[in-house]
Amino acid sequence: MNALKPHLIRLLPQFAVLIAVVALISLAFPDFLKLQIQNGRVYGSLIDVLNRGAPVALLAIGMTIVIATRGIDLSVGAVMAICGAVAAASITSGHSLVYTLALALSVGMLCGLWNGILVAVLDIQPIIATLVLMVAGRGIAQLITEGAILTFNDPGLIFIGSGSFLGLPMPVVIWLVFGIAVTLLVRRTALGMLVEALGINRRASTLSGVSTGVLLIAAYVLSGLCAAIAGIIAAADIRGADANNAGLWLELDAILAVVVGGNSLLGGRFSIAASLLGALIIQSINTGILLSGFPPEFNLIIKAAIIVLILVIQSPRIRDLATLFGRADSAEASVKQEAK
Amino acid sequence: MNPRYVPLAATVAIFLAAYALCILQYPNMLSTRVIGNLLTDNAFLGIAAVGMTFVILSGGIDLSIGAVIAFTGVFIAVVLESTGLHPLVVFVLALGIATLFGALMGAIIHHLEMPPFIVTLAGMFLARGMAFVLSIDSVPVKHPFYATMKAFYYRLPGGGRITLIGGLMLLVFAAGILIAHRTRFGANVYALGGGVQTARLMGVPVARTTIAIYAFSGLLAGLSGIVFSLYTSAGYSLAAVGVELDAIAAVVIGGTLLTGGSGFVGGTLIGILIMGLIQTYITFDGSLSSWWTKILIGLLLFGFILMQKGFLYLSKGGRRLA
Repeated sequence: MNALKPHLIRLLPQFAVLIAVVALISLAFPDFLKLQIQNGRVYGSLIDVLNRGAPVALLAIGMTIVIATRGIDLSVGAVMAICGAVAAASITSGHSLVYTLALALSVGMLCGLWNGILVAVLDIQPIIATLVLMVAGRGIAQLITEGAILTFNDPGLIFIGSGSFLGLPMPVVIWLVFGIAVTLLVRRTALGMLVEALGINRRASTLSGVSTGVLLIAAYVLSGLCAAIAGIIAAADIRGADANNAGLWLELDAILAVVVGGNSLLGGRFSIAASLLGALIIQSINTGILLSGFPPEFNLIIKAAIIVLILVIQSPRIRDLATLFGRADSAEASVKQEAK
Repeated sequence: MNPRYVPLAATVAIFLAAYALCILQYPNMLSTRVIGNLLTDNAFLGIAAVGMTFVILSGGIDLSIGAVIAFTGVFIAVVLESTGLHPLVVFVLALGIATLFGALMGAIIHHLEMPPFIVTLAGMFLARGMAFVLSIDSVPVKHPFYATMKAFYYRLPGGGRITLIGGLMLLVFAAGILIAHRTRFGANVYALGGGVQTARLMGVPVARTTIAIYAFSGLLAGLSGIVFSLYTSAGYSLAAVGVELDAIAAVVIGGTLLTGGSGFVGGTLIGILIMGLIQTYITFDGSLSSWWTKILIGLLLFGFILMQKGFLYLSKGGRRLA
């Protein structure tokens, strides 16, 4: 338990915000917290938040690692569109489900590999390196679907988007399992620490014998893989691949989730769990605004205001002020430590 | 040749070569009409890209310009519809709001030490949201003054027209070039892009310059919104989605380094023209689908980034030898 304590303190601000948001919504709408079981599936707004948040949560996993290396991946939305298109094209041309999934996932990893090589080998700034695929990616996806929305009826592929496992919707199960798997992978091995070292000072980690190039490429490949899974889920959910709108602007939501999760955009220490909480905070806000019956026109303004508030609270200047007045509680102090 | 000019020269060479290839295939493309349309169709993008060039030269980024363009367009349409104000008055109001909006983002970036990427992202949500609040529907502009302004153009020999908005874009580029290379503010922007710490030690007023850069970008995004409103005669809150990415692509293709501190406003104009040329070629061809535009621009972007890397590598290698 003692070993877990620092992790819990690290997650405290995000937990507090999430609980505050959920409490606020459920104050206005008591039904928000209600869960019911029908036909062996759990239904309710909370499950809905988990389900709708699946693509952003998945993207946030890969984005956290990429941002920890002091990078950024703008292409994930376009990669989602490409992988959704590949999956739909493969299943409609009669390939098996296993083949389709393997193909779509490998295409996602290939996109990640491309980004990784641009960043690690050609030493291009991540924001521009991934901009290339962001601009071209949607064109490639349209090339695959030939400009139309490719629909499919394969029950196996549809199950990924709208099936359920142990009473939970499939997308929720997928992002939970994948998030836990990646967390274990980076925290139970030295990988996480090496990524942090790379993010803080690439040159120093290279000099101390870390193969930073391979590690950087691996981070982008992971991000591509996450985008591929998210793309398959998004396509399976609507039973079709929409090259124009699949994953549109989700890269920005994923980056926001990581930032709201208290991870520094300057790289270094990271927490996947905090990013996932960030993704849930964003999705709860979205669902809450929808439920509240506010005219949907106000969604973006409210979202922007809340995000600015969260960011201002986390900004280095405000934290310094808080320390100055001696009001820095342990949570804030630990966040500050993260930033360093 | 001064290595600083090599990326710019390459951009110009690629534009001329691409244009020559287009003319070989479609001789009709060598007409002042095509050139006039190239300017008119890309006017709003070009004006916004000048602001983006300054932001990128200073080492920052502004993701909010597309949303500001949409907001300005909706604001103008709604105010014109519901009040009796003259369009020129409304334009001034819109420019004021857009400038203030940019200045506010600059102030947050500087004083709260937050990354420009995230601040302008929030700004993008906010501006788009305000546009939605004003109107979700497309609002037409029916003011007679609009027709007057649209009828105003300079006829080139050969039947081409430099419209008001196309000419305005050229003026903005001229002003941008002057500001970047002939004023203290321009020098400060380049200094800031070279490194904030160094700039501060050199005596650059970092706070004032940062705020002014984003205010300038906001002003030009507002102006671009006015041009867009003239171009489409309507205000629509979902318009100009993704313009910020096109503008960034144009700036990079124009030879400006995204790390800041190096590049030319004039290069951005060529970048805009290259992107417009791809679009025109696809229209002329007729059989190519529109998604090729995106793929070609992506490839072009990649080519330019590689070229910049190559020049940097060569110039470093040259220094080592010397």
